Amino acid sequence: MRLPNFAAILWLALCGAGIASPAATAAQPDTGAGDALAPLVAQLPEADFATKREIVTSLAQIPMPQVRTLLAAFLDGRLQSRDADHHVFIAEEAGGLLALTDAVTGAAAGRESAEGFSRIGTNNQLRKQLRGAIARFDLSSPDAAQRLAAVNEVLRAMDPEIAAVLRERFDAEKDDDVRERMRVAIGLADLSSEDADTRLAAIGALQGSLNADVFNRLTELTASAGDGTPAETDERVRAAAAEALRSIGQWRSVYGMIETLFFGLSLGSVLVLAGVGLAITFGVMGVINMAHGELMMIGAYTVYVVQQLMPQSIGASILVAIPVAFIVAGLVGVAIERGIVRFLYGRPLETLLATFGVSLILQQLARDVFSPNNRPVETPAWLAGSLRLNDVLSITYTRLYIVIFTLVVFAGLLMVLKRTRLGLEVRAVSQNRAMARAMGIRTEWVDALTFGLGSGIAGVAGVALSQLTNVGPNLGQSYIIDSFMVVVFGGVGNLWGTQIGGTSLGVINKLLEPFAGAVLAKILVLVFLILFIQRRPRGLFPQRGRAAEA
Amino acid sequence: MNARRTFMKTVAGAAAAVAVSLSLSANAAQGTIKVGVLHSLSGTMAISETTLKDTVLMMIDEQNKKGGVMGMKLEPVVVDPASDWPLFAEKAEQLLVKDKVAVVFGCWTSVSRKSVLPVFEKNNGLLFYPVQYEGEESSKNVFYTGAAPNQQAIPAVDYLMKDVGVKRWVLAGTDYVYPRTTNKILEAYLKSKGVAAADIMINYTPFGHSDWQSIVSDIKKFGSAGKKTAVVSTINGDANVPFYKELGNQKISAEDIPVVAFSVGEEELAGLDTKPLVGHLAAWNYFQSVKSPVNSEWIAKWHAFTKNPKRTFNDPMEATVLGFQLWVKAVEKAKSTDTDKVGAAIIGLETPNLTGIGTAKMLPNHHLTKPVLIGEVRADGQFDTVWKTPNAVPGDAWSDFLPGSKDIEADWVTLKCGNYNTKTKVCSGQNYE
Repeated sequence: MRLPNFAAILWLALCGAGIASPAATAAQPDTGAGDALAPLVAQLPEADFATKREIVTSLAQIPMPQVRTLLAAFLDGRLQSRDADHHVFIAEEAGGLLALTDAVTGAAAGRESAEGFSRIGTNNQLRKQLRGAIARFDLSSPDAAQRLAAVNEVLRAMDPEIAAVLRERFDAEKDDDVRERMRVAIGLADLSSEDADTRLAAIGALQGSLNADVFNRLTELTASAGDGTPAETDERVRAAAAEALRSIGQWRSVYGMIETLFFGLSLGSVLVLAGVGLAITFGVMGVINMAHGELMMIGAYTVYVVQQLMPQSIGASILVAIPVAFIVAGLVGVAIERGIVRFLYGRPLETLLATFGVSLILQQLARDVFSPNNRPVETPAWLAGSLRLNDVLSITYTRLYIVIFTLVVFAGLLMVLKRTRLGLEVRAVSQNRAMARAMGIRTEWVDALTFGLGSGIAGVAGVALSQLTNVGPNLGQSYIIDSFMVVVFGGVGNLWGTQIGGTSLGVINKLLEPFAGAVLAKILVLVFLILFIQRRPRGLFPQRGRAAEA
Repeated sequence: MNARRTFMKTVAGAAAAVAVSLSLSANAAQGTIKVGVLHSLSGTMAISETTLKDTVLMMIDEQNKKGGVMGMKLEPVVVDPASDWPLFAEKAEQLLVKDKVAVVFGCWTSVSRKSVLPVFEKNNGLLFYPVQYEGEESSKNVFYTGAAPNQQAIPAVDYLMKDVGVKRWVLAGTDYVYPRTTNKILEAYLKSKGVAAADIMINYTPFGHSDWQSIVSDIKKFGSAGKKTAVVSTINGDANVPFYKELGNQKISAEDIPVVAFSVGEEELAGLDTKPLVGHLAAWNYFQSVKSPVNSEWIAKWHAFTKNPKRTFNDPMEATVLGFQLWVKAVEKAKSTDTDKVGAAIIGLETPNLTGIGTAKMLPNHHLTKPVLIGEVRADGQFDTVWKTPNAVPGDAWSDFLPGSKDIEADWVTLKCGNYNTKTKVCSGQNYE
């Protein structure tokens, strides 16, 4: 796999010249570089992974736009070889057939049945190498975003050759973000320079960079070998590296704290979301509803059903599912209240057992209707991925949206209870049932609607949970304990208590986790809660006044 | 209203099923052999175990079409231990004592197997256990048709070390016996290969853990120390979905930090949005995607039996098929369904592995010879085999990498013992831990 030397020179020249003109290169496919392409591609179908990697290394040296197309197709698994003659094509699925393009010339080659073709497989190392190779092409892309992605990609695996390319491109680069990343990349390469002054300058350039590789390289520079001789010979460089490392270390721990706090906040929001529906049925009405978790499960299954009904628009499906889940879970809640709970008011133990039975029935129903297996709920593109603030701190979108969503649901619920007629009636009934009835309020209807409201909120929580965890018959069980925990901790009958209680439990859990581990953190939180309830049996924000004694 | 109709249908269906099973047992003639099926059909483990019940029923159906065993029809006796470990022992007792079944196919989690073990030993029953497990056990009454650690965990780690060049290891698992023992073995193995203690991170999480933010962030930090890092996951069933989702969201790709899982197969992936998982690894003895004539034949039979061309076939199902075939052969060889006679006859019997790599041969330690395959997850939820052993690997009941277990040997032919200590020359009768 010796690469023709002139191809490498041509490649460097091309990059140095700035933006490559694809038309100009495509116009001369008969250069020596083009001749090298065909034999390399022909080897692909028979090669093992090690040979494929060598082939990709050689391909990456051929500066033709067709090579980028070829590598991109290889990365996506669109490269197929015809079993009959081992000819390699780029294939697109089109109506049960494969639309073929010749991998070497880029000429269309008709359509054939997928039967006689084998996909040319990739593995992780090969895909990583392919991304790096494609990034080298993209460094000269006219699109700044693509160049930025390309620099980030080559940063994953730096070598002297790519450092040389970056150096040449640095002065021509206009975009600030791209320049910043290139500066880090070049600085990183310069740290390995022979010349102590270059190394010193590189440390200066890398000041404040939070890139993990920078941290690792600087740590290496300050380390000393087993016999006490320092890895870095120049004293000035050593001191500068230690200084830079100290400031980077500080920033890393600051961002680490922020990250932990955010994790706590997001876990807290999930707890609040799961608990807030219960805060209404248990807190306001005093009904111990063991089927609360299954109402969340119904909400989560609603997302699945909605996605099955509108497979073309997964992005919108979540938004559609929110009101649908509210209505479906709310109706099930009203049915539970009318069918069972209303006969058991004032008998908490029987309510507990009856609703526990309901929860088992709903679980088994889910198994029979949707099968005992978990159902795949897709995450829409706008919810996937993370918001990258810098090299060490990124916040995942799902979590961010759930924090916001919880606040919206909470605010909406407060509005309903404080500003609407239904809210007024709910509060009246929960404070003094007899008096409310005397004022002409149909308490039975209010009971049903309150229970429905709490259940509907549980359904909405299920929509959020479908993005975090399994959608299956056991979804509810895993959250019911947490829900009760939050409501009891926050103070029964107090929505603000639920909000603050849930958030603080989440943060406490996440602060403990790094030291204690996930299992112990959970136990410690429970122990803390038990002790807390001993001191303040009515929770953080106990309800005051006559209603509390009733 | 649709929900109600479905509910009514379900009730009617359940009633019909009860009626059929009643009439079946009433009509059961003298000339039948009873086969017990002990898999959870409800509760947390139903997700994995229900398919194994269906697999056994398919095998019985298939065998009866061929005329049964020794001219007698096979009759399934299905019980539901409901993912409740003590109930497993109770149901096993019922199968062996009341129903007098000739053989039982069952159990998934190690704790359920440990719970039924005394019942099978006391009543001299016969159990075929089809799931990969932590080893450190060999009972006279149990045949282990899934992988022992040397047929799954150790080869997977070898692959990562040699082919991928991994230098730093995260051993992440659910907090129970299988992950704890497997990680103990792996830790000892890695240290024997010169991996420093600082390069191994061990993490346990509760069953059904769903908030993976901190742990994934820790893995990311651990993996960005400049050395190639991999995660070896013994995370159990349900907790995997949020784990992989979090990996995807925090942009940890399989190219940077691959995760190799021992409990994630085609069936588990079917309940998952697989796009963020592409490239992550799994080590098994079987993949549905392997091209072999035997494999295509079985997948076709499975699809015909379940009347669903989309149902997946997975490793524990293959282990069930192999175990069943070997049991049938052993009964025909012994001309009896007696536990001792079948147990003696089955040693040395062979049946082709569905992957077409070697044969599954029952060894004197009650384990099978199996090939090891490593696959990368594809976007469609199947696996691309990236590495495999050329031949079948014999299963080792007692790990060579644990101080307490390396001197122990299991041999039910010459030593007649499942835990013979080669140093003290004693058959201890004890299992590890």
